[in-house]
Amino acid sequence: MIHLEARQSPSRLMGLLSPVLALALTVAIGAAIFFALGKDPGRALAVFLLEPFHGARALAELGLKATPLILCSLGLALCFRSNVWNIGAEGQFLFGAIAGGGLALWITTAGVPMSGPLFLPLLLVAGAAGGAAWAAVVALLRDRFHANEILVSLMLVYVANLFLSWLVFGPWKDPNGFNFPQTVQFASVTEVPRLFRGMRINAGFPLALVAAVAMWLFMSRTYRGMQLQVGGPAPLAARYAGFSSRAAIWTTLLVSGALAGVAGAVEVAGPMGQLTPHVSMGYGFTAIIVAFVGRLHPLGCILSSLLLSAFLIGGELAQTRVGLPSALAGVFQGVLLLSLLGCDVLVQHRLRWRSAP
Amino acid sequence: MNLSPSKHAALAALLAAATLAGCSKKEAPPAAEPHAAAPAPAKTGEPLKAGFIYVGPVGDAGWTFAHDKGRREAEAKMGGKVVTTFVEKVPEGPDAERVLRDLVAQGNKLIFATSFGFMDAVTKVAKDNPDVKFEHATGYRTADNLRVYEAKFYEGAYLAGILAGQMTKSNVLGFVGSFPIPEVLRNINAFTLGAQSVNPKITTKVVWVSAWFDPPRETEAAQSLLDQGADVLLQNTDSSAVLQAAERAGKYAFGWDSDMSAVAPKAHLGSCALDWSGYYVKSFNDVLNGTWKPEVTKWGVKEGAVDLVKVASFAPAEARKKVDAARQGLKAGTLAVFTGPIVDNTGKEVLAKGVVADDAWKGAVNFYVKGVEGKVPAGK
Repeated sequence: MIHLEARQSPSRLMGLLSPVLALALTVAIGAAIFFALGKDPGRALAVFLLEPFHGARALAELGLKATPLILCSLGLALCFRSNVWNIGAEGQFLFGAIAGGGLALWITTAGVPMSGPLFLPLLLVAGAAGGAAWAAVVALLRDRFHANEILVSLMLVYVANLFLSWLVFGPWKDPNGFNFPQTVQFASVTEVPRLFRGMRINAGFPLALVAAVAMWLFMSRTYRGMQLQVGGPAPLAARYAGFSSRAAIWTTLLVSGALAGVAGAVEVAGPMGQLTPHVSMGYGFTAIIVAFVGRLHPLGCILSSLLLSAFLIGGELAQTRVGLPSALAGVFQGVLLLSLLGCDVLVQHRLRWRSAP
Repeated sequence: MNLSPSKHAALAALLAAATLAGCSKKEAPPAAEPHAAAPAPAKTGEPLKAGFIYVGPVGDAGWTFAHDKGRREAEAKMGGKVVTTFVEKVPEGPDAERVLRDLVAQGNKLIFATSFGFMDAVTKVAKDNPDVKFEHATGYRTADNLRVYEAKFYEGAYLAGILAGQMTKSNVLGFVGSFPIPEVLRNINAFTLGAQSVNPKITTKVVWVSAWFDPPRETEAAQSLLDQGADVLLQNTDSSAVLQAAERAGKYAFGWDSDMSAVAPKAHLGSCALDWSGYYVKSFNDVLNGTWKPEVTKWGVKEGAVDLVKVASFAPAEARKKVDAARQGLKAGTLAVFTGPIVDNTGKEVLAKGVVADDAWKGAVNFYVKGVEGKVPAGK
């Protein structure tokens, strides 16, 4: 039998090297897979790991793809650190998208006079309110009835999805859209301003970076942030110190819901420009992985969002350039996550052989 | 999970280094800027590069599989004059735009977007790249360099209905629907009309799964239809789950998109199969010959794009003969699936006697014909 045994004093150096080791392992295993598939491992790795960063356009696309992941994962990092297991960021994302998209749709169809600089703040408020409202349902049920927030937040994802479907199949359907499930294209004034001409990256990206820095300051420099994180892993100690666990539930869920909602609104009024049943590519779920790969640290979330986005894009590029199947992107992601977690565990623990009792 | 700050720092440094390394060798001009119209690519003697984007995996035996089969066969027929590449599992939405732009940057001069949800992306990319031709399956927007194509899949559903109407014992058919869009509603109606053409007592029950490809939900939907007394099933979803459920229950079903006879030898009555290769060959030739123009193409049984294939040999000869007769009628143009009088399931006449439905009528189908039970979800 193999047992895991906590190391007395985990090596600080190995702790530092753990992510590097994980990446090296991933590269090595990836190379082996590519070789086994009869592809040039060097070329395939270059396409996977370097091409997504190569060139201004590629970087712009990377930033665009990472924006919703950063926003969603920031809120989740706060939740998870506070021991609140919100896994329904996807639903909160969708409600932000519905609120932001609804606002843009109303301005488009009612011909409301509007200017871009005025619209962006309205959009952000709408998205944040939509996402926070959906998360508030979770908070309320947890707070009042002690409902398990893991189940409630997950179930509400499906409710949000069906609600969005109902809207775009029903009352919000484009009357001239041949009955297809989508709204009209939003007026151009409602588009989130782009950063550079001819590239899709928009104001959402710097916004996400600012949010990450703000979250970092909140977590590490404020009394409230400290309270939340103490209350998470040690609720009894927190209660002894007079910290309210109810307040922690509400604060973390509302903040993460609002962030996911903003992500949804910016996605809908950004690269999409209309509401369809396919608003999210599962950003809310991917963000859970992102948050953990980023070690639940706001700045780590930025980097892990970029990394996972790069893997996704690299997976596409590998199809056209090297002829690799798309499933390989998923395999690659899985290998990285497994290596990262494995390295962490083995830095903290050691393996011991012991005969079964 | 342990959260030592030193590890964050290490990860951060690593990724920052990777990002910077990428930045330092960039400065390629954005390919999204509109180019001046380039001369037709065919004159250079180099092979035409054609790109395809798919919504599913190429191995799904369904919609994407059928397109990919068409691509491979068409490329083979062109004998080296065309080189194709594809990207599979592209989500419908903003991601498609990035993939399309990348295909343009890779030098593809003809690009096929093979799912409805790519419409917005393909419209935007086509606008920015006037020297590249784009084709969008099942959409409705055209431009100078964007045209649409689709298959009259309902003709296959109609042929399946003729067989189903004769094989059923309960006179109840079942349909597993994906999304209540006109294309799918046409298939439900055509399936029912086909069955009623040989058996007026037919009713059809519908269960929606809100997905194109979700085997567990398709299985559940099929089971619920069987439990309600349906004994012949058809689906507008892309897996073979419905067929397998029918096989287990000892009932009948059809394959969809491609030949699925191998999956369920006892249940399989036939497969409504698509063959896109003919259209892709035409499209390649249009570009190579400089005759490509924006138009709307709808091909059916007549053009060989749709057919009910592998009709079960255990079906009575009489039943198979009726399918053959209808197939001949569709080929000769003497039979049209949607010919009035057609009455919806509330009793309202939706197509007058003797009138053959036009494209506008077919594009706006938002009702069930008489004999289909229930209400179209979210229909007005």
